[in-house]
Amino acid sequence: MAKLPGPLDIYPLLPGTNCQDCGEANCMAFATKMAEHTVKLKACTPLFEETKYAKKLEKIQELVRPPVREIVVGVGENAVSIGGKLVLYRHDLRYSNPTAFFLDVPDNLDAEALAARIKAIEEWTYVYIGTDLRLDGIALRGVSQDPKTFATTAKKLTELTDWPIMLCSLNPEMLAAAAKTIANKRPLLYAATMDTWAQVGEIATKHDLPLVAFAPGSLDNLSTLVNTLRALGVEEIVLDPGTASRTGLGTTVDDFTQLRRSAILEENELLGYPILGTPIAVWADHKEDEAPELTKWDEVLTASAQIVRYADILVLHSIDMWTNLPLTFLRSNLYTDPVKPVAVEAGLMEFGDVGPDSPVMYTTNFALTYFTVESDIKQAGVNAYLLVVDTEGMSVQSAVAGRKLTAEKVAETLEEYKVADKVKHKILISPGMAARISGETEEVSGWTLKVGPRDSSGIPKYLQEGKWKEE
Amino acid sequence: MTTDKERTTSLDDMFGDFAELVLENVTIELDELKLALRPMVQQMAKAVARPALEMPKSLIPASFKTPLGEYTQAIQEITLGATKGQGGTRGNTVTIGGHTAPAWDLFQSPPARPPIIAADVFDMPISLAKMVKMHYKEVLDDPAEWAKLVVDKYGADVVTIHLISTDRQLGDTSPNDAAKVIEEVLQAVKVPILIGSAGDPEKDGPVLVKAAEVCEGERTLLCSATVDVFEDIAIAAKKHDQIVLSWTSIDINQQKELNRRLFEWLTPEQIVIDPTTAALGYGLEYAFTIMQRMRLAGLLGDKELRFPISSGTTNAWAAREAWMNKPELGPRELRGPIWESVTALALLLAGSDLFMMMHPAAIKTVHDLIDWMKERQKIKPEEYPDWTTMTIPEGA
Repeated sequence: MAKLPGPLDIYPLLPGTNCQDCGEANCMAFATKMAEHTVKLKACTPLFEETKYAKKLEKIQELVRPPVREIVVGVGENAVSIGGKLVLYRHDLRYSNPTAFFLDVPDNLDAEALAARIKAIEEWTYVYIGTDLRLDGIALRGVSQDPKTFATTAKKLTELTDWPIMLCSLNPEMLAAAAKTIANKRPLLYAATMDTWAQVGEIATKHDLPLVAFAPGSLDNLSTLVNTLRALGVEEIVLDPGTASRTGLGTTVDDFTQLRRSAILEENELLGYPILGTPIAVWADHKEDEAPELTKWDEVLTASAQIVRYADILVLHSIDMWTNLPLTFLRSNLYTDPVKPVAVEAGLMEFGDVGPDSPVMYTTNFALTYFTVESDIKQAGVNAYLLVVDTEGMSVQSAVAGRKLTAEKVAETLEEYKVADKVKHKILISPGMAARISGETEEVSGWTLKVGPRDSSGIPKYLQEGKWKEE
Repeated sequence: MTTDKERTTSLDDMFGDFAELVLENVTIELDELKLALRPMVQQMAKAVARPALEMPKSLIPASFKTPLGEYTQAIQEITLGATKGQGGTRGNTVTIGGHTAPAWDLFQSPPARPPIIAADVFDMPISLAKMVKMHYKEVLDDPAEWAKLVVDKYGADVVTIHLISTDRQLGDTSPNDAAKVIEEVLQAVKVPILIGSAGDPEKDGPVLVKAAEVCEGERTLLCSATVDVFEDIAIAAKKHDQIVLSWTSIDINQQKELNRRLFEWLTPEQIVIDPTTAALGYGLEYAFTIMQRMRLAGLLGDKELRFPISSGTTNAWAAREAWMNKPELGPRELRGPIWESVTALALLLAGSDLFMMMHPAAIKTVHDLIDWMKERQKIKPEEYPDWTTMTIPEGA
């Protein structure tokens, strides 16, 4: 595998003036953070602005260039970076730039339908452990097969949204027309093929736009196509080895894996580009008399496999909550920094305006358990204490089974954080999943245990009913 | 002005000209000269090559080299169940593991033994998500009928009978009562069966020891040995030739340690590992990464991690998004099973070999996925559809 540069490789190529413009104490501190991939090179402004550093800049850009190049689609705040991958396995460091989800829009929609579709894409959201899950971009499909319609709709799109756009057509004339109209929005062009490389490559270089190389069914062909586009002067390339679903899914997973292994483990610079998956292709097999849910089901499976196996950008059609919740969750999970601690600190947390009559609940210190419970209590807007028991970062169910959450442990934690001094009652609400140890906990701690809901989403209702106070 | 033809003169020729030219005027050693000239020549070459490549007339061929990995150890093969001829009573056996490459790296080697699905069966009515329960409501108080249903109708490869009524909080039934349930399930189905204990630290040992005894000859999987309760289970497994599920909680070092302890009694043919499955959205990444690391470590020679991996995929239903009755999140008839399916798919790609599951649609989906992924297909370029022009029905 390519060895990632260390601070001592990076330091000599920095200005060495310790100017602190980047926000770090000195150049060595910046070099260290660069090596950890927690800062970006562009934060070192003198390197880019002062001509005397031109040589250093060129060298350092080469040195820190990830084995999978990073490509930006779109402009402004909503521009999305894809690729920039450093490792094959997330446990080797972390994955950067979560897979971007581009949702399709056909170019032959009437004005009203077009606006409605854009709105639906932009507004799709879900709150997940404190963050808003969102989609990322819009893939305009040249269904009309008419260059003028395609270009006009592209133009309309830019008036309706400032989200990144991908222009999708295998017809070079279509791409030429639309690229010319919205080149300043930095759309991603889809696609150059083994037949159209000369014309489409020229459109990309002319407008300086990123371009997808589409050569399905053969990684040799894809290598040849990329090699040729590079010779034409196309620098920002995205790879599409083709997406097959159902019986072809293994082949697709295998192609994606080979591409990424080749780029990262074998340092095959020719294919060190982001990879595009097109789960939308499942709709080609959709039969009209069939329930669309079946096709959506296949789209979710195809997309999930590609999120796991190295897709940097996906083109999707479905926009339902039931299809896109699992996809956005999966993406969020796999792109989480693996060194992120599994546990939060034990202790007594206060929510709202707590007093001596406030309820006391307890949970474990597994980060996901804690944040989920925290978010439910906050959303309910109740005043309550939450005792966080150290279970070595295990969820309630696992901790009970693995004996990390025991009656003794709960009693000790009640003592340690002096909960009895904070409230006038001695009632402790247990997670429903810990019902098994509640009897024992009463004996050991001397508190009265009430078994709360099995899922913390039930907390607001449970507290509202007030049963916990009843003798 | 040079012509295009001259520009494409080979590098060697160019270098020759330069060397000659300079040698006429200066007296220096040839080696030194080459060193001094090289950067200049390279620059020249670049300048010359660029315009020549600007407009290629045809595709410039490049080939792709298959990125094979080097692995030194195969994952252990484990056979579950035993037929009459082998001393058991099962109609068939199933074998898992045996892999010589990371999961689904078909270019290297397809899975030696495709993963299998075990359907969960409980020995007493249990609280289940509504979308799961609706498929089992007729059989909730009859484990034998439950087992038949999952095999005959839902296509489970094997059955796990979870003896949860032995829990002191849930009925405190005796190991002998548990043995009766096991006998009933063995009678009801012909596929291999696996035995799950209740998770009660006082009862799990005695219950699994009894299970090992009544399953004599059946090569069952005893679920589970943990860092707290393992010795009695391992001894019983050794005595009655059973397999043990070595279950830890998202900790690779704990998994290695437990396996080291089990080695005192068990051979490598008797261990399956389970690092705990967390639901999609609720810690799945921990399970994913640990399974991926375990599979790689096993392939690279770690003797303590070279075992097939099991996943308690039913845990996917711990995610509220899977079961909550919230119409704005879409029909839970779909949301639930897709949640279990996607949880399984991620772990399938990480390297899990055995999936303990519940929802029939998720079981069917994972069977399909295994079937679709187990070998490469020859797909011609023209067979990939042009999705840029297709019409998708409105509202879909």
